[in-house]
Amino acid sequence: MDSDTVLKVDELSTHYLTSDGEVFALDDASFELKRGGSIGIAGESGCGKSTLAFSLLNQVQPPGEIMSGSINLDGIEVTNLSEKEARRKIRWKKVSMVFQGAMEIMTPVYSVGHQMKEPLKYHKDITGEEARKICEKYLELVNLEPGIFDRYPHELSGGQKQRVIIATALLLEPDIVILDEPTTALDVVVEARIMNDLKRLRRELDISMIFITHDLSILAEVSDELAIMYAGWIVEFGDANKIYKDPKHPYTEKLMAAIPDIRTDIDRLEYIPGVPPNLVNPPSGCRFHPRCHKAMEVCREMEPKTHNVEGVKVKCHLYSEDESIAESREATYETAYEDEMAAEAYEGEKGTEEVEDGLEEAEVMEE
Amino acid sequence: MPKPLFKARNLTKHFEITQGFFQKLRFKEKQYVKAVDGIDFDIYWKQNFSVVGESGCGKTTIGKLMMRLLEETEGDMWMKGKNITEIKTREQLKAYRRQTQIIYQDPFSALDPRHRVRTILEEPLDIHDLGDTREERTDMIMEALEEVRLTPPEKFLRRYPHMISGGQKQRVSLARAMILNPDFIVADEPVSMLDVSVRAEVLNLMKDLIDEEDVTYFYITHDISTTRFFTDYIGVMYLGDLVEKGKVGDVLDNPSHPYTQALLVAVPEADPERVRGEKKVPISGEIPSGTNIPSGCRFHPRCPHAEQICSEKEPEPREVEKEHTAKCHFAGEIDFDLDVAK
Repeated sequence: MDSDTVLKVDELSTHYLTSDGEVFALDDASFELKRGGSIGIAGESGCGKSTLAFSLLNQVQPPGEIMSGSINLDGIEVTNLSEKEARRKIRWKKVSMVFQGAMEIMTPVYSVGHQMKEPLKYHKDITGEEARKICEKYLELVNLEPGIFDRYPHELSGGQKQRVIIATALLLEPDIVILDEPTTALDVVVEARIMNDLKRLRRELDISMIFITHDLSILAEVSDELAIMYAGWIVEFGDANKIYKDPKHPYTEKLMAAIPDIRTDIDRLEYIPGVPPNLVNPPSGCRFHPRCHKAMEVCREMEPKTHNVEGVKVKCHLYSEDESIAESREATYETAYEDEMAAEAYEGEKGTEEVEDGLEEAEVMEE
Repeated sequence: MPKPLFKARNLTKHFEITQGFFQKLRFKEKQYVKAVDGIDFDIYWKQNFSVVGESGCGKTTIGKLMMRLLEETEGDMWMKGKNITEIKTREQLKAYRRQTQIIYQDPFSALDPRHRVRTILEEPLDIHDLGDTREERTDMIMEALEEVRLTPPEKFLRRYPHMISGGQKQRVSLARAMILNPDFIVADEPVSMLDVSVRAEVLNLMKDLIDEEDVTYFYITHDISTTRFFTDYIGVMYLGDLVEKGKVGDVLDNPSHPYTQALLVAVPEADPERVRGEKKVPISGEIPSGTNIPSGCRFHPRCPHAEQICSEKEPEPREVEKEHTAKCHFAGEIDFDLDVAK
């Protein structure tokens, strides 16, 4: 691993071993994060994006388990660390995370400062006075009054709370900050200002960021590279500008088209028919084939390889150079895209109860 | 101009803040949250009207007033020429609710988890005494399910809400409203809890129903980017007042109130080359509480263009172009540049 790369994830798989069977929440995820760079991870709910984030911290909750693969974080192999080591060596110090719904994670009974100081006291041998100074410095960095240190969470607005959480994540000067839906619950004006702050912090502190969200328009603002996830797979990964301009994977294509445009009048929005699959029993071959508008015969039978298309990694048979796959192109079968009725029938074949149980599970996992 | 389907004039809702015993003893002046503060709007047949604004601006309260779930403090509303604020008896209210239905934001909690889809959809029929026999009702329910593209309907009848996906749940909510063949639906953030791909599907469906079922929507949302596609008219709400309203294209292309301009700058766009730099969000601070609304123009403390007059005199709606007004002393004079710095 060269010194420019701060994080290298290789064929990472995290599954949940539930009583209904193994949930393939994350499979074969590979990517690299450059020092000072940023990656945006996008996908529908239940696609495994939060599972990926928890895996990076080695903090997957049972029944979840990292099954295989490696996470190399600045020379440390994260998957080998015990809980205690992970806590001491990487969390907060190397990687910190701003959680989804951060506004509710502060305890109402302690002051903001008391909660902010905690990671500092755990990792550093410093006095309360010193800790206070550091906290105040970071509060100012996120555009808050240092006086907030003595306030209680209920005295702050949603935007202020979110800023406190971001400041706390920066306290130990981590290399990477993971932000899981950092602005979902906020109003647009507040959201825009927090995004501004994040852009500035990234520049000033030279930290790497991983943004996780379902909102592709937010990611456009902050990510150098983009990872599109579907049903536990990273289906497309590469330079964000390239992907936004010319999405390669059929899923990305549709996802981009589903974003309403505020500048032009449109008559209909694009959407992806059907529902994401049950990850206990994912579709054979390509996991997206039942909903894909470009599905081929081979997609049902064979898992696609990741192909390099103009510098973007795409997990799709469309870009295969293999002749046998090319030959299969003409053959087609009914997919959800051609007819929504067919989607229903497809679901019916698989046993509806099963499909739905899995759906639910995926939702539970996301939470 | 045709007659409006729904008309509101000087619609006002003030919530009294409960005072403690001692505050009452001291004869402290009563305090009010001015959630909706004297607004006017017209909604025409099959011309959707959307209200956008930040949380706490009072947009949900309007929806509840329109449904008569709340009693207005002042003002009048007319539905098809009938003054609905004069509704007194249960029967009148019931008749009104047959014409006007509501869909809520959270499909996960709007449906009773212990009822099957069939029971959920049968309830409005029960209340309004529709359908004589069980078979007749089943037919009506199946028809409603087909309307919202939950096909084949037999498959959904016996399911519980937890057995269907989020988008499907929201479509069941929609079916529950549509089963009474209403003229008017108040949709309170109907898609904000759904994934982008599903969101588009539900909005498309709702739009199709305008022509298929002759229905008109009052669309409440914080997401200004969906309004252009879904609605014809838009009202931008700030602290209990509609500060700008007009045809959706006119308002979004030529925003004339500084607040609307700020909202449009802030809205995220999926175009990395345009939005990579820091945005010049022109306004600071957060929305103040509805208990003490600033004097003069209610937006002046946060407004980048505020002058002396703004804190003294409340602006009248100023016509910027046909059917497009903004409540700002300088409407039409402020240059607007959407482009982002750096």
